[in-house]
Amino acid sequence: MKKLSIGASALLSALFAAPSFANLPQLVATSTISGGDTAWMLTSTALVLFMTIPGLALFYAGMVRKKNVLSTLMQSFAICAMITVLWAVIGYSLAFMPGNPYIGGFDRIFLDGMLYLKDEAKLTVHPLAASIPEGVFMMFQMTFAIITPALIAGAFAERMKFSSMMVFMALWSLVVYVPVAHWVWAPGGWMFDHGVLDFAGGTVVHINAGIAGLVAALVLGKRVGYGREAMAPHNLVLTLVGASMLWVGWFGFNAGSAVAADGRAAMAMVATQVATGMAALAWMAAEWIAKGKPSVLGIVSGAVAGLVAITPAAGFVDAKGALAIGLISGLVCYWSATSLKHMLKYDDSLDAFGVHGVGGLIGAILTGVFAVKEIGGVEGSVMTQTVGALATAIYCAIVTFVLLKIIDAVMGLRVSEEEEREGLDVALHGERIE
Amino acid sequence: MKLVSAIIKPFKLDEVREALSAIGVQGITVTEVKGFGRQKGHTELYRGAEYVVDFLPKVKLEIAIANELLDQVVEAIESAARTGKIGDGKIFVMDLEQVVRIRTGETGADAV
Repeated sequence: MKKLSIGASALLSALFAAPSFANLPQLVATSTISGGDTAWMLTSTALVLFMTIPGLALFYAGMVRKKNVLSTLMQSFAICAMITVLWAVIGYSLAFMPGNPYIGGFDRIFLDGMLYLKDEAKLTVHPLAASIPEGVFMMFQMTFAIITPALIAGAFAERMKFSSMMVFMALWSLVVYVPVAHWVWAPGGWMFDHGVLDFAGGTVVHINAGIAGLVAALVLGKRVGYGREAMAPHNLVLTLVGASMLWVGWFGFNAGSAVAADGRAAMAMVATQVATGMAALAWMAAEWIAKGKPSVLGIVSGAVAGLVAITPAAGFVDAKGALAIGLISGLVCYWSATSLKHMLKYDDSLDAFGVHGVGGLIGAILTGVFAVKEIGGVEGSVMTQTVGALATAIYCAIVTFVLLKIIDAVMGLRVSEEEEREGLDVALHGERIE
Repeated sequence: MKLVSAIIKPFKLDEVREALSAIGVQGITVTEVKGFGRQKGHTELYRGAEYVVDFLPKVKLEIAIANELLDQVVEAIESAARTGKIGDGKIFVMDLEQVVRIRTGETGADAV
């Protein structure tokens, strides 16, 4: 494997201002890591990967029309494969290595320097997770980098070219996800240093994906026949199965973000479950009252809204705070996924913005309201949280827009009307389910 | 020979089949179809998007019979399939020009 020469590495680092060496991974004796923490984080990583494949894949696939089910599944699966490679090659380095307040450094290109040395009994650990091998930390973060672009796909379901989607996701994850992850989660990142609280990715994952989804829905335009033709979900069984996988997997997402098998992870698990149950009930109740029947699609959407909203708060709030976050997110996301969307008439097909964007925004701000100092070690600040959320939203919106416009000019974004009518499964992938 | 085609409510299928068996009809083809006449559809709601579903599931029967059985068959289907509520369906009677039993090659009345 090729390593960057010392000279090249130094030159690149110098271009980005001197990194603080305290923020670099350290080579330590294998005896210093915690077996319990490592076991839990290995498990969490698997749980979060499971959230994308097949959790999110199924959640979305059940909601589209039958002629597009395979192409929707394909999006999640292909994004998983692609982001895996990008993250290993460059994403992890630029996100989590010290650099400057806006982007990390090149210390881990191709994961060079991330070491496990059997005979010397040494391995590297990342300063954010000193009790587990760096490889596990990198992998855990990879699963977040994977699910974020996969979420965006919900906004442009049933009409985007697969090739353009892959190009867009590759660029987006490097130019939007990686910097934002660095700002919020890496020591030295400007939001990290300003005290923006985002325990497990309410801003980095959900606001990011939700805003990108909204922009994509607006740039790509509505599906052919939207508003006139029936576009009902073709199999809500898949959607419910997917949502259930998301719920269970989210324990890896939130409780795993404690990066330890400890009391904080326990509190995060409690907060996650409580908020989600409350949000599911809240959406169900709102729909029952407003429309007369509680639907399956409604209750699972409520659960997901709660999961999203509690994500930034999970390691900072207690059960009462979690209940409040669940209740508010269940009700507000019900409104944003139904009324707001129809009022403003954009075709955010699977409510990437309505649930993830709005839920993430609510969660980020409410973290400032409900953070309990004894649990998370910090007081919340609604002002700081709002600044973090807005800065991310604005940056994401602008860059997403530019990327989409460039790709549209070079290779087009949408399939032809004929392909859209025929169905993407056959048109793009040459496959169908009967 | 006649071809009797009937559109009925799906849950009436067993009753109609038994009624036809009772009068000696030995063969029947069944297809699942969708349709509407004067029966209105229902509304489905998905995250705030309302869909009026016009096409309701029905079952279509096709029976090839000798002319002599026609009145009995129509009567049997009609009374077995009727609920008295809107959407009960319709019976269509068509002239059948030729029938062939594939296994034996019999034609006409012998094949019905």
